[in-house]
Amino acid sequence: METVGTTDLIELEGVEKVFDVRKKTGFLRRERHQVRAVDGISFTVPRGEMVGYIGPNGAGKSTTIKMLTGILTPSGGRLRVAGIVPSRERTRLAQRIGVVFGQRTTLWWDLPLIDSYRLVHRMYRIPDARFRENLDRCVELLELGALLDVPVRQLSLGQRMRGDIAAALLHDPEVLYLDEPTIGLDVISKAKVRGFLRDLNTQSGTTVLLTTHDLTDIEQLCERVMVIDHGRLMYDGPLAGLHEVGESERTLVVDLERELPPMEIESARVVKVEGPRQWLAFPAAQSAAPLVARIAARYPMADLSVREPDIEAVIAKMYAEKATS
Amino acid sequence: MKGMRVRAGRFRLYAAVAEGGFRRYATYRIATAAGVFTNTAFGLILAYTYIALWDERPGLGGYDQAQAVTFVWLGQGLLTVMALMGGGFEGELIERIRTGDIAVDLYRPADLQAWWLASDLGRALFQLLGRGIVPMAVGALVFDLALPADPLRWLAFLLAVALGALVSFGLRFLVALCAFWLLDGAGITQVVMLAGTFFSGMLLPLNVFPGALGDLARALPWSALLQVPADVFLGTHTGLGLLRTYAFQLGWAAALLTAGRLLQAAATRRVVVQGG
Ligand SMILES: Nc1ncnc2c1ncn2[C@@H]1O[C@H](COP(=O)(O)OP(=O)(O)OP(=O)(O)O)[C@@H](O)[C@H]1O
Ligand SMILES: [Mg+2]
Repeated sequence: METVGTTDLIELEGVEKVFDVRKKTGFLRRERHQVRAVDGISFTVPRGEMVGYIGPNGAGKSTTIKMLTGILTPSGGRLRVAGIVPSRERTRLAQRIGVVFGQRTTLWWDLPLIDSYRLVHRMYRIPDARFRENLDRCVELLELGALLDVPVRQLSLGQRMRGDIAAALLHDPEVLYLDEPTIGLDVISKAKVRGFLRDLNTQSGTTVLLTTHDLTDIEQLCERVMVIDHGRLMYDGPLAGLHEVGESERTLVVDLERELPPMEIESARVVKVEGPRQWLAFPAAQSAAPLVARIAARYPMADLSVREPDIEAVIAKMYAEKATS
Repeated sequence: MKGMRVRAGRFRLYAAVAEGGFRRYATYRIATAAGVFTNTAFGLILAYTYIALWDERPGLGGYDQAQAVTFVWLGQGLLTVMALMGGGFEGELIERIRTGDIAVDLYRPADLQAWWLASDLGRALFQLLGRGIVPMAVGALVFDLALPADPLRWLAFLLAVALGALVSFGLRFLVALCAFWLLDGAGITQVVMLAGTFFSGMLLPLNVFPGALGDLARALPWSALLQVPADVFLGTHTGLGLLRTYAFQLGWAAALLTAGRLLQAAATRRVVVQGG
């Protein structure tokens, strides 16, 4: 009822988190200093969206998610999830959110997987029929059938992760936070997890906020991506738009008829030479046609192809620029 | 109506947690067997030591020799139930706070203290059955023990054990929560464990100690873990005295659990969850 008049499920306005850190600097001497883990972040996520939240190590992603679950209190700013202030009503919010921290587990280490689910059943007071239905669906889609009676400590990382994702969804949360859900998984496990998340988002309309260091996750799942660095939001928009912001470059791969010294062409530069093949970088926003014409006029060209910038390189470049500026 | 349904739901949750705590320990059969062996061996050594001591000083602390030896075996039986040498939930909770895994416990709609209490009571019940009975039986076979003939006394003893388990949890929960501030809980755990070994009566029955030290030891919460249940078993407390004994245990349990709640509120309010 709190959400009347707004479709935004997650709302952040100038949110900050400052950690006081005490460091030993000598015998009995301690120095206090502050870490601004999250430094004034504002964004909203409408119901039903699947958003990627990326950034380099230590950017503040996990800290943001912890504030969104209510286990950390922001040092400043306003934050609401489903109309609830998380840190003030953590337990009430818990009924409406699902959380997966890829590096931790909610499952009961020494007991069979199914026992953890029975506990979730009681903990979230899920009606019996609902529980059965959700469990059956998760077991089928995440291929957990053979694992239910296996103690969690015997599961592989990928199996455990799937088990954790199921545990976060049995109570039909409106929002799912995933903090590195594909960390350490092999290609096949990643594909399974991604497929499951995509279906979850399209079929159940669950809002998803996802952090990852694997950009393939983002490319395959999220239309919108937010980039955070040093606790600040650097970019918020469609994945494709990152190219412009990141001043990314496309690459023209030219095969010449014979080996030649690096070509000299205005508005492009040779980045690599390998026998008769040369790589030229040029701004992504610029058209390739005039460039090709210029090369063809001056050099004996046998073949050519254009490579689109790779998102990973774009983001790496973006991180690096912010770090030096 | 709704309140009642909610409470019933909570009860089922924590009952499930307690059951899980029980089964968790039940999965480690070899560890349990090894533990039973250790308790039995230790019990034998202590029993012969006590026999030598009570030969020298008959009636020491008001116990005759049979009662003293019974005390030894009760101590071995309750050692893991009360987690006097550690081995309860506290190591795990401290580790979860240190690594930041506590984050997982905090965002779920369950109360931290109630959760760990339920799981620890499940563990205690398993330890009572799995590690308490066999050493006691061995003791009864080898020595002449002062076993109560009255089944009601056995029941009274079990109630004292249950209350003792509450006090034991209350103490260890407080210790574990200190990890939120200290991050390394090892030091304080050891100090408290050492205090517990002495003040519970594990080394020597507390009624052996005269004067102020004895009075102090008997008033501290640790006496509720072993000394009090043992005295109920040996028939020292009956009638009104028994009620007073229960009140003593309940009082400490309530005080410690309340302090635990307050500390938990403070910890989670200023909580700094570690790690990514
Ligand atoms: N409990 C804490 N005490 C002090 N500093 C902290 C604490 N937790 C996080 N930080 C600091 O806050 C910053 C952000 O950390 P956070 O875990 O949010 O990063 P992240 O974006 O999740 O990084 P990663 O990709 O490595 O998981 C880091 O500089 C980190 O050192
Ligand atoms: Mg992180």
